[in-house]
Amino acid sequence: MKSTEFGYNSKIEGDVVFTRVDAALAWFRENSLWPMPMGLACCAIELMAAGASRFDISRFGAEVMRFSPRQSDVMIVAGTVTYKMAGAVRRIYEQMAEPKWVIAMGACASTGGMYRSYAVLQGVDKIVPVDIYVAGCPPRPEALLDALIKLQKKVSRQPVVAGLTITAAMKGASAKRPEDAVAATPVGG
Amino acid sequence: MATALALAGQLRQQFEACLSAPVEFRGEVTLAVTDAERITEICAYAKQVLGFDYLVDLSGIDQYGDDPRWAVVYEIAGLAHGCHLRLRTQVSEEKSELPTVSSVWRGANWHEREAYDMLGIRFRGHPDLRRILMWEGYPYFPLRKDFPLAGKSSDVPEVAFTHPAPLEGGPFVTVAGGSDTIEREPRARSPRE
Repeated sequence: MKSTEFGYNSKIEGDVVFTRVDAALAWFRENSLWPMPMGLACCAIELMAAGASRFDISRFGAEVMRFSPRQSDVMIVAGTVTYKMAGAVRRIYEQMAEPKWVIAMGACASTGGMYRSYAVLQGVDKIVPVDIYVAGCPPRPEALLDALIKLQKKVSRQPVVAGLTITAAMKGASAKRPEDAVAATPVGG
Repeated sequence: MATALALAGQLRQQFEACLSAPVEFRGEVTLAVTDAERITEICAYAKQVLGFDYLVDLSGIDQYGDDPRWAVVYEIAGLAHGCHLRLRTQVSEEKSELPTVSSVWRGANWHEREAYDMLGIRFRGHPDLRRILMWEGYPYFPLRKDFPLAGKSSDVPEVAFTHPAPLEGGPFVTVAGGSDTIEREPRARSPRE
């Protein structure tokens, strides 16, 4: 076969998408959020259901539950965090590589829930920054999937390149995007 | 066929000086141990001679306002004869100490650690008397009656911290057997209600 085709080639150019690097990288990111399942109570059972066939979290690219913090992107705190456990939760969060996000799943992780007691941390946001709170006791898997979709929207607005160390050559380009800096502020809460 | 009452009688015969007469209530037999210092001896006899080979539970009770303040309850059973017996002893707050029975039943190890963790009762001779539920260094004993439900502030750097929980007018309690949902749902209620 002679490979001397010039000009418009629909087989190639029909598949070309023009976009910004930031948008492309964010698209990669948001569709493969690997969760760190911080399962601490009954919410973890719903988290397992979300991962199983009926609800199938892999439809949203988040099926790869990583039991190593170093390989995960989003920590799903599913359950009651006691003060004794709080140190371990914080430590695991700190071991996760940037960029990282946190979903507080259920009433206990969000606020301490019904456990107004000496032993229970009154909301995981006291020790780690939370991006998405999920209501429910426990929330249904759909609610967790909704939280994941909301987190994906947030991730899609976060600049990737602008967040990196900018070399002198790139500096002019990134400074022209003030809307990215606005979108990068946390929307959780 | 041995009955719990007969076995309790045998136990009392052996330790007449420090055991009260067995009391039966709704089919359950309780013996009060008047001298907590001899609890290991009594338990060893109950296990080795009377066949109570299973310690069902061991728990501490805070009889706040009464003297002596602490009660320790031993629920024992024999798997071979199927009889169940309850031993109950008391310890004053000043002393807060009694001998361990973990040398008799190994299962007592964690039960005694829990009683220590929650109430501060020490078990002399225990092989490993550390806290079991709260972390090492927590300064309070949270199941004492004079400890607030919301908890107290504490901080052990690099280990753990606690803050009082916001009770918002609680604790919220339910009333069992209420006629409608409003009556049954958890609300802040005074004890007289």
